[in-house]
This record gives sequence, C-alpha cells and structure tokens, in this order.
Amino acid sequence: MRYVDEFRDPALASALVKEIGAISARLERGRDRPFAIMEVCGGHTHAIFRYGLEGLLPDLVEFVHGPGCPVCVLPMGRVDDCVAIAEREEVIFATFGDAMRVPGSKKSLLQAKADGADVRMVYSPLDALALAKRNPGRQVVFFGLGFETTMPSTALTVLRAAREGVENFSLFCNHITIIPTLRALLEQPDLGIDGFIGPGHVSMVIGTAPYRFIAEEFHKPLVVAGFEPIDLLQSLLMVLRQIEAGTAAIENQYARVVPEHGNPQALKAVEDVYEPRETFEWRGLGSIAGSGVRLRAPYAAFDAEKRFSVPDVKVADPSSCRCGEVLTGAVKPWACPEFGTGCTPETPLGALMVSSEGSCAAYYQYGGVRGEAA
Amino acid sequence: MNIPVLTPTRRRPLTHKIVTLAHGGGGSAMRDLIDDVFLAAFSGDGRAAPEDQARFDLAALMAHGDRLAFTTDGFVVDPLFFPGGDIGKLAVCGTVNDLAVGGATPVALSCAVIIEEGLPVETLRQVAASMAQTARAAGVAIATGDTKVVARGACDKLFITTTGIGVVRRGLDVGIDRARPGDVLLVNGLLGDHGAAILNARGDLALETAIESDCAPLNGLIDTLIKAAPGIRMMRDATRGGVAAVVNELAEASAVGVRLRELSLPMRAEVMGFCEILGLDPLYLANEGKILAVVPPEEADAALAALRAHPLGREAAIIGAVTAQRPGRVVMQTRFGGERIVDMLVGDQLPRIC
Repeated sequence: MRYVDEFRDPALASALVKEIGAISARLERGRDRPFAIMEVCGGHTHAIFRYGLEGLLPDLVEFVHGPGCPVCVLPMGRVDDCVAIAEREEVIFATFGDAMRVPGSKKSLLQAKADGADVRMVYSPLDALALAKRNPGRQVVFFGLGFETTMPSTALTVLRAAREGVENFSLFCNHITIIPTLRALLEQPDLGIDGFIGPGHVSMVIGTAPYRFIAEEFHKPLVVAGFEPIDLLQSLLMVLRQIEAGTAAIENQYARVVPEHGNPQALKAVEDVYEPRETFEWRGLGSIAGSGVRLRAPYAAFDAEKRFSVPDVKVADPSSCRCGEVLTGAVKPWACPEFGTGCTPETPLGALMVSSEGSCAAYYQYGGVRGEAA
Repeated sequence: MNIPVLTPTRRRPLTHKIVTLAHGGGGSAMRDLIDDVFLAAFSGDGRAAPEDQARFDLAALMAHGDRLAFTTDGFVVDPLFFPGGDIGKLAVCGTVNDLAVGGATPVALSCAVIIEEGLPVETLRQVAASMAQTARAAGVAIATGDTKVVARGACDKLFITTTGIGVVRRGLDVGIDRARPGDVLLVNGLLGDHGAAILNARGDLALETAIESDCAPLNGLIDTLIKAAPGIRMMRDATRGGVAAVVNELAEASAVGVRLRELSLPMRAEVMGFCEILGLDPLYLANEGKILAVVPPEEADAALAALRAHPLGREAAIIGAVTAQRPGRVVMQTRFGGERIVDMLVGDQLPRIC
C-alpha cells in the first residue's frame, strides 16, 4: 500500500531500534529505573501492541500507556445514562461500535440492545442525522464520545441539524479535552513519566501550540507522533534525544498531517458549538476540572441531557480495580488483582479491558497474561 | 453413483410476484412454489418419486470410502446478494466445504428455507438457480428439502439451512488434534475477501471498493491437496472468526504452539486498506473459499505446489509452523521481528472510533 508500507519498512525500523539502543546505552550509567515514555493516545497503544514494538526496545526504555482512549475513561455511570436514554420507547440510540461493550453498572449498550432497546452502530455522526431524517416519528440520540479528534465532526453534525431543522435529532455529549487532562496528570506529585508521545489525530485539530506548558512548566519533552510503527519509533528516538541533551521541547514528528496551529475550520466549529463543563468525571481518574464540554445555549434544543431526564448516575469503580493507576502509568495491567482472572475481554470489569485501545485488553490480547507479558 | 434427485412434476407455473403466508400453508400454493421455484432449479437427470426423504444406495456410497460424514449449517447473511456470491451459493459452498475438510467426498445436500412473507418470488428464483449452479459445479445433488413461510419480522427475508452427507476416504484421518511440532501451515489464497465484501455490501460504510467474496466449493482443490500430501494432518475452512479462530482451535486441541509470519499472509492490498480505514484485523475476517491445512514438513513443498496448480489456490502460501513452544498459544512474528499473541475474538470486531 502506498504511503503506508513506507512507514512499516523493517530496514528503517531496525536502524531506528539500533539508534534507540545506542542512546539507551549512553544513558544507562547511574540510572536505577527505566525511562518511562507515555503515549497519550489509544491509537498509539494499539499500534505498539499490534506491531510488537515493546519487544524491540532496550530494557532501559518502556512505553507507559496513557489515558487517551475515550472509551476507556468513560465512567460506568455515563454508560448507565446511555442505557436509560436508549431504553426509552421513542429513542433510536446511535453510537460508535466500540462503545457497545463498555460495561455499565447493570448492563452494556449491547446487552440493552438484546433486551429490546433500539441501539444502532454508526460510523459517523452524520449517519445518525440521516437516521433521524429517515425516522421522523422517532427520537434519534447520538452518543458523542471522544477527544478533539471526533469533536469537530459531531459539532458540524449539530450545526447541520440546526440549519436543516432536524428536530428529532439530539446529542448526548460526552466529549472530553486533552489539555486539562494532561495538566491533571502532570500535577500528580509522584508521576514517574520522563517524556510524552503526543496524540497525532487530536493534534491535527488543535495543533502543537497548546502543549507548550508541558515543556515550559513541567520540563518534559513531548513529540507529536503518527500512527505507523516507524512514526512511533522515530518519535521515541526524538524524545530520548531530548532527554540525553537535557532539553524539554514540543516537537512534531507528524508534520505531514499536523499543522502547528491545527485546523482552523474544525476549531471554529468546536468553539461555536461547545462550552467547557466545570468538571467531568473520568473512569479511574476521578473528576477533572474543565475536561469535558457540553452544547452552548443556542444549541440547547439538540442537547439530549435537556431533552430527556438523564439520571446522571454516579457509580463508584469496583474497589478491587486498579484502572486509575494503570491509566496514569503507576502500575502495569498485570499488577491489578483482577487482570486476566476477574477481568477479561469476555467479562470486562473496566473499560480498559474492552476497547482494543485499552492497555489491559492490549496486554491481554497481544502481550499474554501475567507472567507471560512482554 | 446413483443419487436420487428431486424431479419437478410441473403442475402449474407460479403467478404470484411475492411470497405470502399461503405459500407456507401446505396446500396447493406451497406445492406450486416448491415445484416452480425449487424443483425446477434443482432437477437433474435422475428420476425419483416426490417422497419425504432422499434414499441412498449404501453399496454405491461405500465405493468412495468407509465412513459417512454428516454436517449442517445455517445461513442468514445480509445482504442476500453481494459481490462474488449470494446466500444460495454460500449455503451450498459452506456445507460442501465442511464435508470436504474432513476428507470426505460430498455426495448430497438437503436444503431447508425459511422465507419472510413479502419476499419477491424472483429473488427466490435467483437464489435457487445459484444453489443449483453451485451444486452442479461441486458435483453434489440437492436431494431433499423443506419450505416454510413466516410472518413479516419473524425472520429477515430468507434463511437457508443446508445439511450434507459425504463419504470419508479410506485410510485418511484428519483432525484438529493431530498437529505435531515441525508441521507446516498453508492457506490456499488471499485472506479476508468475504468478510470485507460483506461489510462493504451492507452499504453503511460508503467505501468504494471492488472486493468480491471468495465464496467457492473447495472439494476439488482438497482432492488435489490430499493426493499430493497423503500424510495431511488437518484441514479447516477459515470462515467466521477467520484464520485466527482456526489456528487457536488447532493450538488448543493439538496442545502445540503455532507461529505465524505476518509477512507471509497473502492478502489483497484493497483488503488491507479496508482494514486500515476501519481498524479491523484481517486475521479475524471471514473467508468462504479458504482452507487452512497442516501437513508434515516433508510434504509441505508438494502440498504448496498442488494448491498453486489449482485455479482456487494460485495465491497459496506457507504462513507458519507448528512448534513445541507455548502450547495452546498462537504467536505472530510481526514484520519487524517483534512478536504478538493472536487470540480468539470475543465477539464481533467493532470498529474503533479514532
């Protein structure tokens, strides 16, 4: 495949791995723990496991899989809210596929569908809008989920619904933003992260400028990366070079897609349609100020939270789960007592075990179970 | 072999344009539907009275081998027609292939259809014609059948169940538990075409590709393979769950490790691109014309050559090996020399959101 195979070239990969090994050997002296490089984005986590990149790295360098999978950070209570909306007689509930299996406190959307709720899997919010037009007698609710990557397409769908007067369409907005989340993570006192691989698709929308505080205030390097294995290895090398040089800067490895100031049209749609919530609850991480958005007043008519009485359920994570610590990179998945026993892809307790971008599912599927992990 | 074949009695041609509940009522409307649609399509050279069962001459069957193989499969594919095939072709190939991978020569099929009222009769005719054509190509008879019509909503357009019998070759013993360390894994061609074609044909992806289902009867190909590699250990068609499901079953049942090489997996660029866009893993995509075969190492070259010489095996490849390491596990060597575990899929593959 053109423009894909070039980024999966084994010869290029082995040259990069060699350079990473050389830097690691130079940095080894006086170092008592590995350099922990967090990839924030779930798409990166997926690629790291899919291509077996961890096995290629020297012992002194490890990936830490961060909180960048929007499905994985969805709290159980929000899933319960989804189920409550979906189970209303008049509702067609439209969602992206990978939210279907996330467990709520009683059931997932997939189970709600089996119980008779009209839940449809769509590939784009525009598909949900089309559903609304085809079913004028029903209420079509789109489950808006994801970081800045998916936010513009949902915003444009709301704008189109408003323009076309599609009154039976609404959005259950669970969009989250990356910057407040990274700040909350960096403010943790015992954070053992030495550098970041920055999210590629989010940055395509927001640009690289918003990350500057990470270098300026927290003195950590961040390299925005693409999703192919060569992208990831090259970005890791760029982070390690900064560590070796003792610098902390924001660099862009994914310049073929990510402009410094992002995508102005996408940003304008986001700005027009959404406003920040005071706070938003994350699975395993608790509430993070300013990390969620809701629809602005002019679009309140399309807000599912206003149209239906959403129960706004709060459910505590199961006490034995260590999802939060896994999300922040404090522990590896196999350190959780439930990993591979109480919590498996077939019977997930936490969303990290559901999505293919969740680090627990990735370790379970690609890395093997405890004791056998890569 | 003297196989009884259903023969049309030609009462009167069906004049209705759509199937109604009356066609499932057991009366003359049903009789007309069966005669004019199914028997007209399935009729062969033989002569048989319209009995409730097909009858077989045991001595004739035993000329083909010494054990009977018996299998059944239900088909509920949506859409009914897709690039490269349709539900009828699929229903014949699926059961023929399930017999053939057991080392059996397929002999005859039954065909039970459940029709949702409102289905155009023309649709049914096309499906029946496709079944008949595929059965002829595979050299099997459709020897008995059943028709039911259900109310709208009680099924989705048309469901077909085929059951097949075949005769297993004397002296051949293939099984999922027979793989040994050192054995070699082969496939007969490009992976993932059927799964990609069906997902695409559902139309909600709005992707323009020309991927066609690989749906085909494989008994001829398997015949050649067995002749070239008489020590063959196992064959399976890699249908639902794809190659990943078959190799995992193999690793578990034979208590061996399986090592796949990513670079050796034959795949169309279009299918790889399709999977890239949707975040799917082609190892889990369904195939309807692909078998996975395990042969002892000394027969690997002959097996590969035999597959490649057959029209349905031109892109055949050796994709991995059976090992003694990590029994029960399937490990894939990625294109960089990294490794990852290939596990069974829990449910359906769900597209990732970003």
